[in-house]
Amino acid sequence: MNKKRELLIEILVPIFAVLMALIFCDILILIYKESPYRVYKLLVEGTLLNPYGIGQVLFKTTPLIFSGLAVAFAFRSGLFNIGGEGQLYMGAFATAIAGMYMPSSVPFLIAVILCIFVGFMSGAVVGFIPGYLKARFGSHEVINTIMLNFIVLALINYLVVSYFKVPETLHTEEIVENARIMRLSAVMPFFKGSAVNLSFVIALVTCGIVYIILWKTKFGYELRAVGLNPSAAATAGINVKRTLISAMCISGGLAGMVGINYVMGYKYYFEEGFSSGLGFMGIAVALLGRNHPFGVILAAILFGILSQGGLVINAVVPKELVDILQAIVIICVVSSNSEVRRILSKSEK
Amino acid sequence: MADTVIELRNIVKRFGKVVANNGVNLSVRKGEIHAIVGENGAGKSTLMKILYGLYHPDCGEIILNGCKISRNTPQNAIKNGIGMVHQHFMLIPPLTVTENVILGIEPAKKGILDLAFAAKEIQSLSDKFNLKIDPSKKIEELSVGENQRVEIIKVLYRGAEILILDEPTAVLTPQEVKEFFGVIKNLVSQGKTVIIITHKLDEVMDISDRITVMKQGRTINTLDTAKTSPREIARIMVGRDVLLKVDKKPMETGNTILSVENLSVMKNASVHALKEISFQIKAGEILGIAGVEGNGQTELIEAIMGLNIEKIVSGKVSLMDMEMSKKSTKYRLKSGFSHIPEDRHKRGLVLEFSVRDNLILGRHNDFSASGFLQEKSINSYSETLINDFDIRPPDADVAAEGLSGGNQQKIIVAREFSRNFEFLLAAQPTRGVDIGAIEFIHRRIIAARDEGKAVLLVSAELSEILSLSDTIAVLYKGRIAKIFNASSTNENELGAFMTGAAS
Amino acid sequence: MSDILGSMISLAFLSQVIRISVPYVLAGMGGVFSERSGIVNIALEGMMLNGAFAYVLGTFLTGDPVAGVISGVLCGMLTGLVHGIVSIRFKANQIISGVAINLLSVGMTKYFLKIFFDSSSNSARVAGIESFSVLPYNSEFADTINGIFGNPLIILTIAIVVFSHLTIFKTVFGLRLRSVGEHPEAADTLGVKVNLIRYMCVILSGALAGLGGVWLAVDQHQFTDGMSNGRGFIALAAVIFGKWSPIGVAFGCLLFGFAESMQITLQSSGADIPTQFVQMIPYVLTIIALAGFIGKSMPPAASGVVFEKDN
Repeated sequence: MNKKRELLIEILVPIFAVLMALIFCDILILIYKESPYRVYKLLVEGTLLNPYGIGQVLFKTTPLIFSGLAVAFAFRSGLFNIGGEGQLYMGAFATAIAGMYMPSSVPFLIAVILCIFVGFMSGAVVGFIPGYLKARFGSHEVINTIMLNFIVLALINYLVVSYFKVPETLHTEEIVENARIMRLSAVMPFFKGSAVNLSFVIALVTCGIVYIILWKTKFGYELRAVGLNPSAAATAGINVKRTLISAMCISGGLAGMVGINYVMGYKYYFEEGFSSGLGFMGIAVALLGRNHPFGVILAAILFGILSQGGLVINAVVPKELVDILQAIVIICVVSSNSEVRRILSKSEK
Repeated sequence: MADTVIELRNIVKRFGKVVANNGVNLSVRKGEIHAIVGENGAGKSTLMKILYGLYHPDCGEIILNGCKISRNTPQNAIKNGIGMVHQHFMLIPPLTVTENVILGIEPAKKGILDLAFAAKEIQSLSDKFNLKIDPSKKIEELSVGENQRVEIIKVLYRGAEILILDEPTAVLTPQEVKEFFGVIKNLVSQGKTVIIITHKLDEVMDISDRITVMKQGRTINTLDTAKTSPREIARIMVGRDVLLKVDKKPMETGNTILSVENLSVMKNASVHALKEISFQIKAGEILGIAGVEGNGQTELIEAIMGLNIEKIVSGKVSLMDMEMSKKSTKYRLKSGFSHIPEDRHKRGLVLEFSVRDNLILGRHNDFSASGFLQEKSINSYSETLINDFDIRPPDADVAAEGLSGGNQQKIIVAREFSRNFEFLLAAQPTRGVDIGAIEFIHRRIIAARDEGKAVLLVSAELSEILSLSDTIAVLYKGRIAKIFNASSTNENELGAFMTGAAS
Repeated sequence: MSDILGSMISLAFLSQVIRISVPYVLAGMGGVFSERSGIVNIALEGMMLNGAFAYVLGTFLTGDPVAGVISGVLCGMLTGLVHGIVSIRFKANQIISGVAINLLSVGMTKYFLKIFFDSSSNSARVAGIESFSVLPYNSEFADTINGIFGNPLIILTIAIVVFSHLTIFKTVFGLRLRSVGEHPEAADTLGVKVNLIRYMCVILSGALAGLGGVWLAVDQHQFTDGMSNGRGFIALAAVIFGKWSPIGVAFGCLLFGFAESMQITLQSSGADIPTQFVQMIPYVLTIIALAGFIGKSMPPAASGVVFEKDN
């Protein structure tokens, strides 16, 4: 009965939040003197009712899955990683550099795996810093991750501008042929023309792996115990500090995989400003997905629809409407948690 | 009865199913030091919070200077001249004494604080009652004893005539206690009335005029201090109606399993929690630690399990001649320690985890192979334990927070007994558990002893200590007051040592 | 190299440092009030952005910069109120609330930019705020002095720093807000209205950060998309670096402003020094301060903690 109630809350909160956000956006649409019905109809038609739209939605979903996973993973250990932006920049940049310098003799699969690995490790290094500072000095990971975002962005800007950019642009050279990930349309003509590529599949597989790590391994068990009750975890002989640092490294590593979609599957190079807030959107995805890998997939698809939908409805209302929608969803999720609980406990009495 | 300032009549206060106060009567005379004594959980603090308006009684009356008080809030209590010093100081460390004292009733002109005026007033209060406090100091620069005196100034500054002091000496060093008693006597000599809550009988005899004894939510008796003895009070305080009987065979001891030598642990930078504790436990022996809570039990448990290594200043913990003092908790558990933590919610369980996940907490290494949890063996293991220990509901998937306290405790007991252990540390093993489960847990502990394990039992329940232990050590103020053979002592004697009435 | 040093000790450089620091100082004071009362404020960035947009809109619609300033401040207060409601009334995680408000502000300002100015990047140009003459001469020196001490917003900023210091340390309200941020239970037992004070502080925080945004818009005579550009976070860094004290934070902001000016000077001089490393200075210093290497930088004890009364 207890479990049922928890499940009900897990489901009710996101639904309630999305509904509240839609009501708010109706008002904004009405301010723009448009009909909400027309806007939403257009949005759905443009994203879900044609193959190209679906492909584009999945393309936008892919990086959101990684950044959402990164936040969710850290959350499970009780840490708040809002450094996704810095970690994903470092990862994407490292992936691109690895891809550029990959000898063309390295076969396809190995080249791809190596590039992803380099991206993961680079993100992990950026994640390690706040994890270590937390374990060693107790300094709060939130401030440190914010600060590191700016530091990493400046560092990469320096590296790109001073050493790696193609003249007159802000992007690097292209990666070698063997390190490129094919578009899904190459095997599924259904997606013809859309940028969705195999990284989407990699993202899904990563969700599965994260699920297995969290719920099927000893490490995941320890990590969740630390996240829920550090004192009990220590009593059970779990090394809390080491677990926290590992969690931040993996979280950073997952963020480091965000760039795969863009660097290896779309443009084949790293470009300044490619992310435009994917790291912060990861927080929304994780929150709406209740910090569960499968929830993250659903939430990422929803935000993928909104993100693609923004482009579709731009002809009628400013596409920023979907940014607002996303932000309101976050606010409503965190606010309705206590409210839904309160209402439920009232109705039980 | 003209000089009665406070009268409480038939106060009842329930928290859910727990009755904290069950028909309490109390009358306090003007200008006296009135002590309220009783074990932890006897309902002393609840009663005082009712008097101060923090809790509202379910029924009963509060009569102040002959007038019934209908709506009691802290604000009203303060207006009525009642002040309370909480057990945990309500002081703000980075602020100065003056700022702490005036908060809420600041002297000001147009919103600008008049700190100089306030400081002067505080200084004169400090001088009048000989409190020796410098108003310009920050709280974080003061000693614990000074902190306490600041709390008293806070109350006096608000014009209190009646001061309630909740466990005021719990955190003080003996010297500070002495000084503090001087302060209290000074207060009373200048016309204030003091109600002091404590469980330290030696102090009560020193300072109070009258003593009210509470037990299980009731006021049992009010005595004149001059006409009573610590022994009499101890008997009323710790005496139990029913003594749970446990059948056990005579002890057959083997080699020493656990030894603790000269263990000293700090509570904070200046105060010791434990001082030079030494004892041994042999195979087949239950050593009971008797003592009023807060005399170093928690620190002892943590030191044995390796949970507060940074606070240990000296001493050794060894298991079968293997030194453990620097080893991790994980290593200790692997080497043959088993541990039922004293606070199951804080240390024993992850409440959001399922029963199954809680059953392997700390044993998860035994159930994993190459990093993966072995679900099949975990499932059969948890099914077995749920059956054997009769954990209800018998569903491994339910979250532990959904179980009753007794069943939660059974999860821990089941887990810790399923280990391969030589030494069991059972801390408050039956706290908040129903009679049936108590018996069950007691039988398990005895069985472990009979199998030749060494058991350290820490409990606030004297009856539990007496009925289970072979040897009893009384912990008082961080030291072992005395070690008894369990068969040659009784509640009265232990009670006297526990409360410092004998030594 | 000596050219660079020369240009750094010039009056123009000093003036640049001050102009860069003003929005940091304003938002930083906002951060101090909010965090001192126990509400973590990552939303400073969004509050600045909203303030900047509201200034431009207010000035555009009324033609009066004063009305613009007022609407900028009001809009900041409204943003603060939202942060307050979400984190006090609904007991939500204050960090998430802050992040969401930042995202919301980016979206809302762009949306209304489209509505009112039919552009996705910038508004029409609006009037700024005239400086008055302190030195009635016509020289470079006099111009610079007038630019600083004749600028009403700069004077106001200095006044706000002094006012913040006095409010926090010398008034009843200040004592209560400090107590609420350090130990709300203690404050509550003495009858202090914890949540009311937190609301007041987070709204005040919005007003100040909003004013910081106003400065940005006044400086550029228009609103451009995302023009707060991380300044709210620099202000947040300065709050930590200045150890939550108004004067300390103001100096932190000046230091960060100095670093940024230096970066601009280096960049325009064409010197071969990577400016990005200069850019990192505030953030690196903050991390070091937080780890406890530059004295102890301890946040208010109850910062970020929901206050719940028990009965």
